[in-house]
Amino acid sequence: MAVWRSRTDALMHPLLARSRLGVYAVAWIPLSFFLGYLLHAGAHLPWLAAAALAFPLCLVYQFMCLSAWYSCKSAPLEKTNAGRLALTHATAAALVSLLWLQLGKLLVAGLSRFAAFSDLSVRYTTAIPLLFAAGFLLYLLAVAYYYVILSLEASREAQTRVMESTVLARDAELKALKAQVNPHFLFNSLNSISALTSIDPAKAREMCILLAEFLRTTLGLGEKSSIPLGEELQLLERFLAIEKVRFGTRLEMREDIQEDTKFALIPPLLLQPLVENAVTHGIANLLDGGVVSLTTRSTGSRLTVIIENTCDVDATRARHGGLGIANVRRRLEARYGNETDMRVTADAGIFRVQLSFPLEIASVAVAETIHEEAAR
Amino acid sequence: MTATKNPLGAIIVDDEQLARHAVRELLSAHSEVQILAECANGIEAVKAVTEHKPALIFLDVQMPKLSGFDVLELINTDAAVIFTTAFDQYAMRAFEVHAVDYLLKPIGRERFETALAHAKSRIDKKSPAPRAEDLAAAARPPQQFLERAVVKDGTRVTIIPIAKLDYLEAQDDYVALASAGKKHLKQQTIASLEACLDPQCFVRIHRSYIVNLERVTRIEPYGKDSKIAILSDGTRLPVSRNGYVRLQELLDQRPRS
Repeated sequence: MAVWRSRTDALMHPLLARSRLGVYAVAWIPLSFFLGYLLHAGAHLPWLAAAALAFPLCLVYQFMCLSAWYSCKSAPLEKTNAGRLALTHATAAALVSLLWLQLGKLLVAGLSRFAAFSDLSVRYTTAIPLLFAAGFLLYLLAVAYYYVILSLEASREAQTRVMESTVLARDAELKALKAQVNPHFLFNSLNSISALTSIDPAKAREMCILLAEFLRTTLGLGEKSSIPLGEELQLLERFLAIEKVRFGTRLEMREDIQEDTKFALIPPLLLQPLVENAVTHGIANLLDGGVVSLTTRSTGSRLTVIIENTCDVDATRARHGGLGIANVRRRLEARYGNETDMRVTADAGIFRVQLSFPLEIASVAVAETIHEEAAR
Repeated sequence: MTATKNPLGAIIVDDEQLARHAVRELLSAHSEVQILAECANGIEAVKAVTEHKPALIFLDVQMPKLSGFDVLELINTDAAVIFTTAFDQYAMRAFEVHAVDYLLKPIGRERFETALAHAKSRIDKKSPAPRAEDLAAAARPPQQFLERAVVKDGTRVTIIPIAKLDYLEAQDDYVALASAGKKHLKQQTIASLEACLDPQCFVRIHRSYIVNLERVTRIEPYGKDSKIAILSDGTRLPVSRNGYVRLQELLDQRPRS
């Protein structure tokens, strides 16, 4: 929308397009006085004759100078060499100025009928060089003015473009973050299924279904801008159920979900990468496995989610600045700005990520669907 | 199988039970291969290798505590090693560069047979395996430094987190890793180890010494040209002139806390 508007504006005359003709006309009034003064002082016209010529001539000339816009558009400063630029505008200025002088002649012919201006046509002839020079310079002044406008517009357009591309890039980045499924997870799950097919075909099928559901939900959620926490929790449960098949007794999970937080709206797939981290960087590095725990609380106007996992006491240092955690932080900050509170700690073999951000509640209709799904 | 051939002893190392099962099942078609042990982690694997002396090892790359590469570094065996991995672009590249057999999980029957045939011919020819540390270095993602050092003393395996190292001292073909008042000998040159350490934390202060910057409490002049670094536990290490320049550069970059 914004792009479309700025393009049409650029084609149209800036003064005509934005109804600024009034301001433009006012700006010409001092010029009319100046021209009158020039005719009086330079060409020795009496004050009255000078005024009678200067005002109508300026009135006409301001419209004639509007045409400079088009020659400026056709010869952009940055794309035209100086010689051609000078030639184009000098020719145009001379032609417009000459035409103006002809119109002046007509005016003088009209005015000469009045007794007060009987000798005007003679005096006008002596004023012609002065008027030509004035017309020439005024036209060039208009040219300069339009070039300033053009460059201002170009820089503004460039700014909008930069802004738009930043916004688009961030959108794309967020989309990519949301849609990512760790290939490692996928291949490991397939490997488990492959082994299960001969040991326990029923379990293999169950795992196929879990994986399919997980993938389908992941793909579907990427499109949305926010989902109820309850939906994300279902996804996490599926994810952990799949990982449980892989890790067996090494993976234990605990949930402490405050019932009403299930209706809180969160960006989709916000928690999934954190839970995945907890498994792949926490549990997977422990010989005897450990616990992943998930806690949610709503306190007044804020939602707090805590994801904890047992981790290798010695290996925690490298985990602080993980890419997954940085991405979650970026997503939260893009959405909640200063309202984001994210704390990552690793202490005594427990890795803990605590998120807190403004609580938004899903509408009643959405809440009911979650209830129904939970009941099923 | 002809009776003249000895059975081929193999061990399967993977932290996932299902993954071990998958390899066992693929091997069941090969009566000449005898599975000596299944190991759920690297430490068990190191023990099993010493105990059973297998000719063939199926080795998972991603395992807790000791990775497949760490295991390889510790076992010092001429066994044929077939790595198994689900998805690890760096590990895969490392295998390709060093022409090691590897299998991607889930493992297909055909690909498995090829790898097994390769391994058998390697065992027959007794061709040497690539150096484990080269493999491990090639498999490390760019910009990532060593996180732990593994040292074997007899059958005992010690894992030292890099942050807990105080300093490293070159001793001929070995490097002594000093951590918490103890020294552990590792068969590696100090230069190759230096390349794996984060240069923001570890400085080569002398031809024979690399120090953990966090441990340095002060530097005192010693003799005419050289200096001496004093660590928090009181250890005194020589600092060469070049070493002192490197040390100062690093200390200048760091904000004093």
